Amino acid sequence: MTRGEPPGRRAAGTADPADESGTRTRSTNESRTPTRSTNESRTPTRSTGAAPKSAARPHRSHVPADGTPAAVAVEQARREMLHEGRRRKRTRIGADALMEALLLQGTDTLFSYPGGVILPIYDILADYPEIRHVLVRHEQGGGHAADGYARASGRVGVCMGTSGPGATNLVTALATAQLDSVPVVAITGNVPAALLGKDAFQEIDITGITLPMTKHNYLVRDGDDIPRVVAEAFHIARTGRPGPVHIDITKDALQQETTAEHPSLDEIVAGLPGFRPKLDGHPKQLKTAAREIAAAKRPLILAGHGVLVAEAWDELRAFAEKTQIPVAWTLLGIGAMDEQHPLAYGYMGMHGWKHVNRAIQAADLLIAIGMRFDDRVTGSVRTYAPYARIIHADIDPAEIGKNVAVEVPIVGDAKRVLEGLTLMTAEVDPATRADYLAELAEWRLESEGSSWHGSGAWRGGLLSADFVVQRIGELTDHVATYVADVGQNQMWLARYTRFRRPRSHLSSGGLGTMGYSVPAAMGAALGNPGAETWAITGDGGFQMTSQELMTLAADRIPVKIALLDNKKLGMIRQWQEIVYAGNYHSSHLPGPDFVKLADAYGIPGFKATTTADVDRTIKAAQAVDGPALIWFEIAEEQNVLPMMPAGKGLSDLIETWGGPEE
Amino acid sequence: MTADHGSSNGATPDAGGAASGSSETTSGAAGAASGAAGAASGAGHEHPAHVSPPPRAIPGSGAPGRHLLVVLVMDRPGVLNRVASLMRARNFNIDSLAVSRTDQPSISRMTLTLHGDAVAVEQATKQLYRLVDVLKVQDVTADQLVEHELAFVKVRTTPANRSEVIKIVELYKGRVVDVAPESVIVEATGTEGEIDALVALLRSYGIKELVRTGAVVMLRGAGSIEEALKR
Repeated sequence: MTRGEPPGRRAAGTADPADESGTRTRSTNESRTPTRSTNESRTPTRSTGAAPKSAARPHRSHVPADGTPAAVAVEQARREMLHEGRRRKRTRIGADALMEALLLQGTDTLFSYPGGVILPIYDILADYPEIRHVLVRHEQGGGHAADGYARASGRVGVCMGTSGPGATNLVTALATAQLDSVPVVAITGNVPAALLGKDAFQEIDITGITLPMTKHNYLVRDGDDIPRVVAEAFHIARTGRPGPVHIDITKDALQQETTAEHPSLDEIVAGLPGFRPKLDGHPKQLKTAAREIAAAKRPLILAGHGVLVAEAWDELRAFAEKTQIPVAWTLLGIGAMDEQHPLAYGYMGMHGWKHVNRAIQAADLLIAIGMRFDDRVTGSVRTYAPYARIIHADIDPAEIGKNVAVEVPIVGDAKRVLEGLTLMTAEVDPATRADYLAELAEWRLESEGSSWHGSGAWRGGLLSADFVVQRIGELTDHVATYVADVGQNQMWLARYTRFRRPRSHLSSGGLGTMGYSVPAAMGAALGNPGAETWAITGDGGFQMTSQELMTLAADRIPVKIALLDNKKLGMIRQWQEIVYAGNYHSSHLPGPDFVKLADAYGIPGFKATTTADVDRTIKAAQAVDGPALIWFEIAEEQNVLPMMPAGKGLSDLIETWGGPEE
Repeated sequence: MTADHGSSNGATPDAGGAASGSSETTSGAAGAASGAAGAASGAGHEHPAHVSPPPRAIPGSGAPGRHLLVVLVMDRPGVLNRVASLMRARNFNIDSLAVSRTDQPSISRMTLTLHGDAVAVEQATKQLYRLVDVLKVQDVTADQLVEHELAFVKVRTTPANRSEVIKIVELYKGRVVDVAPESVIVEATGTEGEIDALVALLRSYGIKELVRTGAVVMLRGAGSIEEALKR
């Protein structure tokens, strides 16, 4: 279990940590010593606003607690001798080329599960102690962890599984990453090339399966191709609109002796003539957009995931401040704007704030940056924003005009487009927008006041979920990493937690993958070890991937799990109540004693059943050095409101149901 | 048990608010970036509160027509599968698809015909561009071009009507490439419409077998899609 170095050190943004510690085993061989690019170690910061609470919780080391520095050094030396001897014996094989290529790409963590045909990789894995191998308990968990790692850090997440069932278990995670544009590289093994297509043991046409749910995929049969393919995969995954890339490598390619060299980035780019994402918005379009903005009386910015992907949060704030335009955001755009900023208006869409949806319906200009007018955002397109002209900037041309016809399309990176727009627009005096902003503020007051939340107790004193997520936000200063699952918990978190830091909110928005939360939080905690990491999940989603509790315990990954247990598939129950006339089939979901379950894994568990328990249990979990779980027994029949029924428009929100909520 | 359907929704900007917006809020096709002037003069065209705005157009709901796409792709394993899978996944129907090499060894050329409205076909084009192996997609429907496809038709004949069939084939600038006691194979090239017409005529004799390649096209004049790629 000894690691060469605590991975957390990477986040400090200093030089290659191996240079200072001198613990790298592989320093003799120059050609195989990777140089990491410095921008791989970025952590998101705002130029102003709250800084991540990093120093408050001292324990972030992943070295086993009993390992004194001396013991670690001895262990390291012993391993070094072992591997020196071993390396002299063997030749460089495809699996070595793979690990070298990962190191060259700056990979420091690999979420993986072994299996027959990837044993050649596991056979040499110990020779690469720079890469922390996290042994997950299910490949789907590994895939989500790589996804969470990528979203929390802005770097490419890497996961690995064997052929057949190992690979198909990764599929859900890849689809999740694809729908949310997350840079993930997934590596699978496959049977030896001669057996491809023969229905060999654990053989499946996995590249055929992942083709429609990846940005690109590869089947590698020749070990000499591995360096090029891995470099291409990372380039494709992180460039332009990010996305998952899948590499399937046959067992014989992994075992094949190879001398293939690693290509440079220029060579990679030259070899991909069909992959040239356009970053700069067309000046003519920017000018047109600036004209529209100058003429608009009720403009609204819609910020999406693209702002976070492009690290354009400072540019977004600058543009909004200069033009005095309020900012609304999508589910994945949460964190693009500090929620306490005066121009931050709120979360839009199906379960968004009423005042935000109302502002969209009354706007005369929507400036959409890095979002895609998903049906959860627009509702019925025919009645969407009926008075608005639309400026739509996205790096993917296919998103523009796909769901909603727009007046000013701009293809480009959110950062560059926002810079361009800020340059081209004139400074707006807040006084000229006073009426508009005052009206929006009035709507917000009304909406937040009437839309019930935060009182702590629901109907007869039951614990209410929105109070729980609100307190989690407050007790973590709104700067932790919060990872949602899917369903009511996801919507409560998005509405009531309040986010102040980019990349602090992770959520499976596109695919809506239940079971995302715990494994993704595991990856997020390793991707951004400076931030406290919370998984906010429901009892349904939690039970889909709870096997990763063992990974958290074994690797001492400090994820705090807030389990909102209403003994229901809450969102399903809500739809059954409102849309299906109360026909509650299969939405009741009895679960185990979750504290005992956590205990069985050696994870401290706490239980909260009343409002009074909430703060105490949250603080207790925070005090745990390592993972912890809080079992919140919440009201069973609480709904997330308002709600836009499917097929209806943003003006058709259901705001109350079944009598007064309080 | 009543749902409050947003009784006080904000869809109608009230008179006190600074409402504006031109009357052309839903200007159809994506890419129409010209209408800035409309918004600039918006103050003069306020919506009266009692007039509801026209519904927003749904992209791709226009009148469908036949479109011809030329797609240049990297000649790599699986690229045909990627194109076909994408078209299926995005709900486009391919009418015909012809694939061949080009004069450049690493590049293949596909000619796709499909039905859809202009916006939907533009969306198909953009989706194709998302494929890493796709180099160029050009909708040549409106261009001056040469368009042909090849067909083989195995027609049932008797000694009595064989010469009659051959005459029809010659009329359509086709030729007979195989003669058997009870059938002939007709080879014909032409546009989709010409082949359709010939096949319709031959059907009265009895068609035993039919195969068509689907259209291949080339732009008239000196311009070249392949050369445009190099630039």
